[in-house]
Amino acid sequence: MVPTSWYVGLSAVLFVIGVLGVLVRRNPLVIFMSIEIMLNAANLAFVAFGQQHGSVDGQALVFFVLCVAAAEVAVGLAIIVAIFRLRRRLSVDELSLMRG
Amino acid sequence: MTPAIVTFWILAVLAVGSAVGLVLRRNPIHGALFLVVHLATLGAFFLQMRAEFLAAAQVIVYAGAIAVLFVFAIMVLIPGREETGPDPLRAQRWLAVPVGGLLLIVLAVMLRSGLFRGAPATRTVPGGVAAIGLELFTDYLYPFEVTSVLLLAALVGVIALTKRRTA
Repeated sequence: MVPTSWYVGLSAVLFVIGVLGVLVRRNPLVIFMSIEIMLNAANLAFVAFGQQHGSVDGQALVFFVLCVAAAEVAVGLAIIVAIFRLRRRLSVDELSLMRG
Repeated sequence: MTPAIVTFWILAVLAVGSAVGLVLRRNPIHGALFLVVHLATLGAFFLQMRAEFLAAAQVIVYAGAIAVLFVFAIMVLIPGREETGPDPLRAQRWLAVPVGGLLLIVLAVMLRSGLFRGAPATRTVPGGVAAIGLELFTDYLYPFEVTSVLLLAALVGVIALTKRRTA
């Protein structure tokens, strides 16, 4: 049996890697993928805590995170496509204004 | 070293390695392929923790649908040029490393504080479709219905966002 703290520690490491990806990269697509890494790190912690407490609640929460992530990716990619159509470039540093 | 622990370390190395690869590789397509490996590894972790339904959902929704969506967007946008030019914010970007290290230290201190050191539950948690379904349609019925509204709103929003305006 693997201790719960190992899973939570791994989840923390993965979350930090995701944060670094968001901070370092300039491509919005890669930033989105880093956000997915962070969401998955949280999911891992959810399931591990659920096992620790002997309850299914953790897994139910992961199910909702999955749905929210799907919606987030769809809307986010649509926004990126719209920005690309407008500007022909993809760099988050150039997108400092909310208006087109 | 029991088989479970050996499996954990193999999967942990795969998960961390693919995540680091995603952050470091310049080509977004390579990043998307690393993401598929990462998500599949997470699915294997769920399987190891006896969450069979989540493992299946992870592979279908994440490694299937979301990864395909990413690859599709990359193919449509043909990016990769934006990170080849000179970086005006290079000094700020190096700040990310100490910030990430600090975050890791904070999380490690939280873990060491003994907050999570209770004995694990003796009974095993059911992870099959029956257990999750029972939970979703009793205790979590209202959030479940709200989720369907969220997905519908996302669907409509995406269509509205990407629709070409006809003059």
